Amino acid sequence: MATKVVMEALSPTMEEGRLVKWLKNEGDAVKTGDILAEVETDKAVMELVARGDGIVRKRLASEGDASPVGTLLAVIAAADENIDALVAGPPKAEAPPAEAPGAAPAASEPSSAEPSPAPPASAEEQAAAPAQETAQAPTPPPPSPPAPPASPARGSPSSPALSPHRSAPHPRSSPLARRMASERGVELARLRGSGPGGRIVKKDVESAAAAGTARPGTAGTAVVAPRFISREGDYQDIPLTQIRKTIARRLVESIGPVPTFYLTTELDAGQAAEMRAQLKELGDDYKASFNDIVLKSVASALSDHPEVNAHWMGDHIRHFNRVHVAMAVAVQEGLITPVIFDADRKTLVEISAEARQLAEKARQRKLTPEQYTGGTFSVSNLGMLGIEEFTAIINPPEAGILAVGAVEAKPMVVDGEIVVRQRMRVTMSCDHRVIDGATGAKFLQTVRRYFENPLLLVI
Amino acid sequence: MGAGAGGGRVTDTLSTEMPTKTDLPVPEKTDNGASATTSQASLRGELLRSMLLQRRFEERCAEAYALGKIGGFCHLYIGQEAISAGTMSVLRPDDYVVTSYRDHGQALARGIPARSVMAELFGRRAGCSHGKGGSMHLFDKSANFLGGHGIVGAHIPLAAGVAWAIKYRKGDQVCICFFGEAAVNIGAFHEALNMASLWSLPAVFIIENNRYGMGTAISRATANEDVSVRAAAYGMTGESVDAQDVFAVRDAVERAVAVARGAQRPTLLEMRTYRFMGHSMSDAASGTYRSREELEENMKRDPIVVLHDLMRKDGELSEGEFAKLDEEQKAICQDAWDFADGSPEPSVEDDLHADVLVDTTS
Amino acid sequence: MPVLTYREALTQALREELTRDERVFLMGEEVAQYNGAYKVSKGLLDEFGPMRIVDTPITELGFAGMGVGSAMVGLRPIIEFMTWNFALLAIDQVVNAAAKMLYMSGGQFPMPMVFRGPNGSALQLSAQHSQAWESWLAHIPGLKVCTPGTPADAKGLLKSAIRDDNPVVFLEGEMLYNTKGEVPDGEHIVPIGKAEVKREGGDCTIVAHGKMILVAMQTADALDKEGIAVEVVDLRTIRPMDIETISVSVQKTNRAVVLEEGWEICGVGAQVVDFIQRECFDDLDAPVVRVHQADVPMPYAKNLERAAKPDAAKAIAAVKKVMYLD
Repeated sequence: MATKVVMEALSPTMEEGRLVKWLKNEGDAVKTGDILAEVETDKAVMELVARGDGIVRKRLASEGDASPVGTLLAVIAAADENIDALVAGPPKAEAPPAEAPGAAPAASEPSSAEPSPAPPASAEEQAAAPAQETAQAPTPPPPSPPAPPASPARGSPSSPALSPHRSAPHPRSSPLARRMASERGVELARLRGSGPGGRIVKKDVESAAAAGTARPGTAGTAVVAPRFISREGDYQDIPLTQIRKTIARRLVESIGPVPTFYLTTELDAGQAAEMRAQLKELGDDYKASFNDIVLKSVASALSDHPEVNAHWMGDHIRHFNRVHVAMAVAVQEGLITPVIFDADRKTLVEISAEARQLAEKARQRKLTPEQYTGGTFSVSNLGMLGIEEFTAIINPPEAGILAVGAVEAKPMVVDGEIVVRQRMRVTMSCDHRVIDGATGAKFLQTVRRYFENPLLLVI
Repeated sequence: MGAGAGGGRVTDTLSTEMPTKTDLPVPEKTDNGASATTSQASLRGELLRSMLLQRRFEERCAEAYALGKIGGFCHLYIGQEAISAGTMSVLRPDDYVVTSYRDHGQALARGIPARSVMAELFGRRAGCSHGKGGSMHLFDKSANFLGGHGIVGAHIPLAAGVAWAIKYRKGDQVCICFFGEAAVNIGAFHEALNMASLWSLPAVFIIENNRYGMGTAISRATANEDVSVRAAAYGMTGESVDAQDVFAVRDAVERAVAVARGAQRPTLLEMRTYRFMGHSMSDAASGTYRSREELEENMKRDPIVVLHDLMRKDGELSEGEFAKLDEEQKAICQDAWDFADGSPEPSVEDDLHADVLVDTTS
Repeated sequence: MPVLTYREALTQALREELTRDERVFLMGEEVAQYNGAYKVSKGLLDEFGPMRIVDTPITELGFAGMGVGSAMVGLRPIIEFMTWNFALLAIDQVVNAAAKMLYMSGGQFPMPMVFRGPNGSALQLSAQHSQAWESWLAHIPGLKVCTPGTPADAKGLLKSAIRDDNPVVFLEGEMLYNTKGEVPDGEHIVPIGKAEVKREGGDCTIVAHGKMILVAMQTADALDKEGIAVEVVDLRTIRPMDIETISVSVQKTNRAVVLEEGWEICGVGAQVVDFIQRECFDDLDAPVVRVHQADVPMPYAKNLERAAKPDAAKAIAAVKKVMYLD
């Protein structure tokens, strides 16, 4: 039986992909899991794999073509199988996501005598190629929440997420959320759950309903969408007090969706410079940049300040118990933020090595979604480009980002004498709904303590 | 406030007459109940009739069990009939009887209609326990027959409690409690007899010593086989009786009942008898734990034969009269069988969930 | 309204019912001359005499069975176990006799009786004297099982239990006897089988009973300071269980914690959770979490005992867990 190869949603936000390169030719035999092509998403170059066994009978897209998610790209089938009907059909197949094999909703059935553009897939076919069938849903694809690297394998063999008969991971949802979603016409598949393991709960449906997810395309922005699924116990959700709710509402009215304020300070980089020099003498394995020391300082400070290591969740604030620092990396097309997970628990040298690797992969566009989602706080450094000082834009739902400027020699008055010191300016953007001025200032004090006394980072 | 929870004092509380259940589908009364008699001849005739009825009834039980009309556990009393016949013959209708699971003969001797007992064994709604008790749990409130209990010895404290209630109400009834000799080794026996004596309760505890607790001979289970001496431990009168002689039974129970009714003192009676059948329907009468010879030797003292011989010797009963009496009992049993066989099973709809609790919602 | 201890409330109920109905009598160890091991029957011997307030030998099976026998012929015994731990010796009478008599006699012999006494752990009484029996007893059809948590409920439920024509298992909290509360004078009846919302709240339901009501209320107080409104449902009766009150609450809060003193496996909470999943499946926003004794016999050492018992800290953690705040 034939398997359709469609443009899959290879990143959480992908709506369209560009076929970079075909790795299989027409006539090649393939097995499930074989890499068929490289596809460039909005973030990275990803691999498109076969979802069925057979011969690549027909390629419908050319290298360089950009296609919306769900577009038919190729057909895999037995050598002698008639695939005319599949190939002749419009690029977007109409088959709705199959809830269960053979159980397509009645509404999707041809409702009149009008011939359907393609023969309806049999239950068997749906069962055989559900993954690529479902990805053809005409609406934006259900976000496939990537599993965080630290997350333990979840679910039993019977878990829907692991079932070969399920297209995308079935969104976990509470019974109440399911009932409410059905009553209010909210599509669960479009929501990101805020419960453990991404479970969709009452409040997620409520905020989605309030934001009017009936209109396709708005859900993604309206719904509180934590950037990653976290293991239970990785964070604490803090209910909003009245004053916190008022602050949030008023500030948003004033300044925009993320009421940001900025805190700037100048750090002394003398000790950090000395440390770099000493590490350098130990050999290449111990090299660390100023930015690495900043990353480690920030990670350590975040560990001390969970109130900053936080996400704004719409109706509550989430304090994370683990520190995942996202670092902004400039790439040719723009910007991406790979994440150093559990950065507070990694050594300076480990951070340094990981940061280099991530930056390199980012420039090659080889990052996987798991590597660039799930940050709890971000750091952006333009110092290497000679920028003394700048403000960075918060990456929601994170509550803060630290913008790091260049290290420069500056005259300083110390004990009544003018001396030259290595100085570095940093500016923290704070989401005022989560972080108040004093909170941010205290955090920066801690960052200063670590950065100016980098020995603290290695003991 | 709870429904019906009036604060007024309850007044009609201490009547000595126990209410009887009137809404049971009680089969027509037959004449198998023991009735008080004065003349010795008619008393002997009545006791013979009672024992014959029990015997013929249980013979039909064995047959019905083999046909699958009776299920579960079924413990026959054959060989022990003199105990129930003799005991019941001295009781008043307002006295109480509590017994163990070997209870068919006692129920019949107490006057519960054979139809009602057979229907219960057949699991029919017209049974004396509505078909919910079965062989081991025969109850009849109208006969003050308080069961039919299936846990060895556990009903002995119940009898003490009934006797307590008699004393509480200042009544002059007596509570009779039957149990096997194996039950004297369980704690409930000790606890109940201690309190019965301690508090001077009008109870008669009757050990039916048929020499086997299921398959275990008394000599293998009980340190002192002379079980009536247990009475001494409780400061109570104890007596051993040849229970194949219905008049010996009757005499002993008569004395014990008189003491209970008058002096409100309990008595422990050991009735030495022998079970002619297996413990239940699932073991042979002999072969495993007792020999054929032992069984045959003991069957020579069949209580029915013993009394029949006596009456024959005294010229009280011709062979023709005996045959007639026997045929009458067989007819009663056939009638009971036909009645039970033809009567409806309990209704799943109405009866399964009924009588788990007394409905207190109204 | 007068403020009484739980103990005094029970005594008041006993006195009122003994006065009201001459068929009622109290029997058990040390109930008469000693005035009760926990003084629940204080003064009753003088008032009602030795036939109504009866000291027994140490013979649980025996006097429980006597209670059953006397109830078969129309008395209304109250059988006191010095503690429910000792009632295991009598459990055959409770389960095989009292609970089944009506049914196996085809409705002929009701059991208008009460088995009562302190239940659950006190302090450092170790394994054999510290256990909560309600899940065992509530398993049995033919019994009713009451677990009052407040003085007012203790009085009202005991009066109902004594008047009930069925065998009622009445589990008092050993640690509750000295707790105080307002208790209505005179004819105060709490119906058996009716739960009560002891505190209203919209965020999470705690279902509890008996002594755990105190813990549930402490938990609610503590969480209130954090802005979490807990609703406390006091089952009061374990059998029959008031499914409706539980359901109404869970349908409102969408989240539930079940708190009990006993062990986890086949505990009361397991039954509550079953009712919740049956009645409130589409109302649940999170799995129900249970708080219970550690799965060990009760240890003696103070620290171990504390760790084994359910308490407010554990209940608070459980509420946060079901609210995804942990």
